[in-house]
Amino acid sequence: MATQQTTTAGRVLVAPSVILLFVWMIVPLVMTLYFSSLRYSLLDPDNVSFVGLQNYTAFLTDPDFLTALYNTLVLVISVLIISVCGGILVALLMDQPVFGQNVLRLMVIAPFFVIPTVSALVWKNLLMNPDSGLFAWIARSLGFDPIVWFTNWPMLSVIVIVSWEWLPFASLILLTALQSLDEEQKEAASLDGAGPISYFGYIVLPHIARAITVVILIETIFLLSVFAEIYVTTAGGPGNATTNIPFLVYKQALLNFDIGGASAGGIIAVILANIVAFFLVRIIGRNLEG
Amino acid sequence: MGSIQLKSVKKAFGAVSVINGIDLGIENGEFAVFVGPSGCGKSTLLRLIAGLEDVTSGQVLIDGKDATNIGPSKRGLAMVFQSYALYPHMSVRGNIAFALKMAGQGADVIEQKVRKAAATLNLTDYLDRKPRQLSGGQRQRVAIGRAIVREPKAFLFDEPLSNLDAALRVQMRVEIGELHNALKTTMIYVTHDQVEAMTMADKIVVLDRGSVAQVGSPLELYNRPNGLFVAGFIGSPTMNMIRGPSAEKRGAATIGIRPEHADISTTAGEWPATVRLAEHLGSDTFVHAEADGIGPLTLRLEGEAPLHPDQRIFVTPREAHLHKFDKDGKRIG
Ligand SMILES: Nc1ncnc2c1ncn2[C@@H]1O[C@H](COP(=O)(O)OP(=O)(O)O)[C@@H](O)[C@H]1O
Ligand SMILES: [Mg+2]
Repeated sequence: MATQQTTTAGRVLVAPSVILLFVWMIVPLVMTLYFSSLRYSLLDPDNVSFVGLQNYTAFLTDPDFLTALYNTLVLVISVLIISVCGGILVALLMDQPVFGQNVLRLMVIAPFFVIPTVSALVWKNLLMNPDSGLFAWIARSLGFDPIVWFTNWPMLSVIVIVSWEWLPFASLILLTALQSLDEEQKEAASLDGAGPISYFGYIVLPHIARAITVVILIETIFLLSVFAEIYVTTAGGPGNATTNIPFLVYKQALLNFDIGGASAGGIIAVILANIVAFFLVRIIGRNLEG
Repeated sequence: MGSIQLKSVKKAFGAVSVINGIDLGIENGEFAVFVGPSGCGKSTLLRLIAGLEDVTSGQVLIDGKDATNIGPSKRGLAMVFQSYALYPHMSVRGNIAFALKMAGQGADVIEQKVRKAAATLNLTDYLDRKPRQLSGGQRQRVAIGRAIVREPKAFLFDEPLSNLDAALRVQMRVEIGELHNALKTTMIYVTHDQVEAMTMADKIVVLDRGSVAQVGSPLELYNRPNGLFVAGFIGSPTMNMIRGPSAEKRGAATIGIRPEHADISTTAGEWPATVRLAEHLGSDTFVHAEADGIGPLTLRLEGEAPLHPDQRIFVTPREAHLHKFDKDGKRIG
């Protein structure tokens, strides 16, 4: 069906959406690039001048930058590990025939539909609050001192909240993969003498490897830009303990009123995301082939 | 060693009884074929023997020992599935070696056994390929290879050839037969195709709605079917069943005559008929005719028969080859 004519017609027809998407992407990028080369402070908006790469050197040499980079990686990697391992466990459990399976599945998936700001607020005020939270109540009932989560374990708290949001996504994708495993393969493996652990390692894991790859790639994209959860709970603190790159950019722009520096930070974040994506696709992308 | 006994084995899924009490013995080294129409419980029976399903009641004995409560991997049986159930991410070598690896055998032993199985099955050149890079026949052979290396007491095959094209099916049929001759291991083979059953079996078990209809050698079933069901199921083209006066005259409710056991004449005979179609196969001619007051008859003549549609003929069954059945469908005499 791919004649010269249909190919041309196809190109003409998709052109508007491609152009729109391209403009949608390129205009903010170019504007950010432009602002990143300016000395542009909101405290002194009339005094704008071209400074070249100075904003970039300032952002990169800022000691906060390395802390933020480290925090970003810790957050992304921890949440990936928790949500993928937890997701496999939840998927394995949900794959068992149990009473009320459908309701159970819906409940497991529910957190994914709660917007990040709301789930962070719920965790902050109803669960982790050291005076009135559920965890504090449990600790006191058992005779322990309540944990002051956001002061003493800030990064862990953020990781817990973000993992809670992403666990359902991972579980759902992995469950779908698990259910596509051929029943006869399971029987063949049991005849071949594979116990539960060998069966999981040799048959199940390779089968869901591709789904795991998809989960990791998609989650990474979103986890690199976690913001609402931090803004609502710790506001990047105490100190810089939970400041990741997006939050650092935000601080630069709206707390320090430095538009030029924030733009440079934004561009650096884009470059970092691309570096991460490049290595991810290199390392695990071959699972997606074939 | 590999004899298998079933003692009043029953299986029900919920309220639905699928296997209604089967007693059966399969001798060591025998090639037994379970045959029957789709849905009669052949696969279920095989899976009960393999241990993939639990019996509802009754016993499965392997080599005289009760195996009813032994897990599938401990029964020492190997199964070849209809879908082959190869592990898609493992190479052919990995697939064949998997059971040995699970049994904790050494790498040298495994490699040696895999090589031997691959040589038997003409798979040596494909050991490093993935299943998806193989043809249907090759996949089938890998599935058999996976069974062979375990040196099982018996092989269980569930319609192993149904995904292959006709030519390959004939070839694999011969190969499985040769394999049985070489290994002399008990084989239980499930099929809905009576031609496969007739050509391969030492012993055929005809199943009908979860019960054994008849057990016997292919020729016993062909020559002395014990009822209408087996008579109609075994043989191709199927036996002609005739009711009415010609049956009553012979003291039966139904008489059966195989297409190859009737004579055709253009001048005189018992059943006048009209030829509807003559299929000329060269070696045989299949004649489809409409007998007056009896209905359609299929006849098989050797060689070329000069018959054409609408021709009037007379059909006479050979008395020695007539099968008589009473009103319950049971064989008489
Ligand atoms: N797991 C199961 N649950 C319920 N019914 C089943 C199950 N497996 C098979 N059956 C039923 O048992 C009958 C026999 O099935 P099967 O043994 O697969 O037949 P065959 O292999 O002879 O075609 C069928 O009616 C089928 O619907
Ligand atoms: Mg079947």
